[in-house]
Amino acid sequence: MVDTDVLIVGAGPVGLFAIFQCGMLNLRTHVVDSLPSVGGQCMALYPEKPIFDIPAFPRIDGASLINNLLAQAQPFGPVFHLGQVVQTVTPCSEGGFKIATSTGNKITARSILIAGGAGAYVPNRPPLENIRLYEGQGIHYSVTTKDDFRGQHVIVVGGGDSALDWAITLSEIATTVTLVHRRPGFTAAPATVTKLKELVKANRMTLKAPGHVTAVHGDKNMTHVTISGPSGAEQLSASRLLFFLGSVASLGPIANWGLELEGARICVDPVTQQSSSSGIFAIGDVAVYPNKLKLILCGFSEAAMAAHAIHKFINPNTVLVHRHSTSIGVPTSSLVPSN
Amino acid sequence: MARMTFITHDNQKHIVDMQDGISIMEASKPFPFALEGACGGQMGCATCHVIIGQQWYDKLPAPSEQEEAMLDVAFGITETSRLGCQVRVDPLLEGMVVRLPEALNFDAAVVANASQADD
Repeated sequence: MVDTDVLIVGAGPVGLFAIFQCGMLNLRTHVVDSLPSVGGQCMALYPEKPIFDIPAFPRIDGASLINNLLAQAQPFGPVFHLGQVVQTVTPCSEGGFKIATSTGNKITARSILIAGGAGAYVPNRPPLENIRLYEGQGIHYSVTTKDDFRGQHVIVVGGGDSALDWAITLSEIATTVTLVHRRPGFTAAPATVTKLKELVKANRMTLKAPGHVTAVHGDKNMTHVTISGPSGAEQLSASRLLFFLGSVASLGPIANWGLELEGARICVDPVTQQSSSSGIFAIGDVAVYPNKLKLILCGFSEAAMAAHAIHKFINPNTVLVHRHSTSIGVPTSSLVPSN
Repeated sequence: MARMTFITHDNQKHIVDMQDGISIMEASKPFPFALEGACGGQMGCATCHVIIGQQWYDKLPAPSEQEEAMLDVAFGITETSRLGCQVRVDPLLEGMVVRLPEALNFDAAVVANASQADD
């Protein structure tokens, strides 16, 4: 039993409109997104900023656009899997794909439609040479077990609330805490900054601002880090290193699916939106072809073209008689299953 | 119009005339050294990070707190780093020298930062 006709990766504007376009062709959809809610960059980056180049909307803000697209998609009963990224894709011998997500979700789909935009949001990883060697074993992007920092030499990097809050909290149980930030100013709440300065004054914490972590050292375990600042570089003992540098959009595991890429974008046939792998399609900002325009409205058009190509891919022997929405309307209850 | 020199990280020099009134990120688009600008100039990423020559850096309006916050989470930042999307081409910037840092992210991906820059 296949869970869905189309697995859409990405719940930004283009991914949401793809639900509608697939739905109009009676294709069932599941949608995976790394963020905890739908909307992609429109919601995460500029929910209140007006957009002026959406056809028929002289002006619409990011949040309203997303809410409208969600309302347009809703009649087709999409199944959302949020706060997770697609980790592995395995082609099935009988056709279609087995998909596993980062939260252990397993989904089978007849086709995959990537509408990943700039990518999935993952912790911002500094470009340090042997950082991956110690990730999860000394180098972390969040605190999951506070007690793991007891009696340790802790370096915290960042200037926002997460960095300062954890530096302050860990100063109670760690042997040493050093906060490293690129400038003397912070974006954390003023009361938190005041508390930090008190702790620094009381010698319960060291502040290196301006400062940058420029290298990590160790053998099996990390032992030191190099911190560079205006007065030069110094090595500090470090058994735990915490980076709070926000999240970045990255193609993530999709980069390992064996698709033909151009930089961090997926090469597609502009007629079908199919990638170099049969059954895997890409639309929106993540897709690239000659003269591609990175516009939401182009993504919408690509969603329609991909839906038709996917219909043909899934039902190669069926002639699709396309009927306009003005003739057939949209479902008012749940979607009729395609098989 | 202002003539500027862009130096890519492999030390190639590009001397070009940049269109007035738009950001250097936008004005760079027709050229081979085009700045990425993944977020579209929303100060939501640092893919347009540039290093401005000191004498021109001093002429620029100070960065906003939002720009500073984005530079906080970028890499390879220097004393004269700016986001290209926040530097507007102006005849006063004639002759400006702009260095483009190496794309530093290992994941070969664009670096768009969510609004909650420090969470």
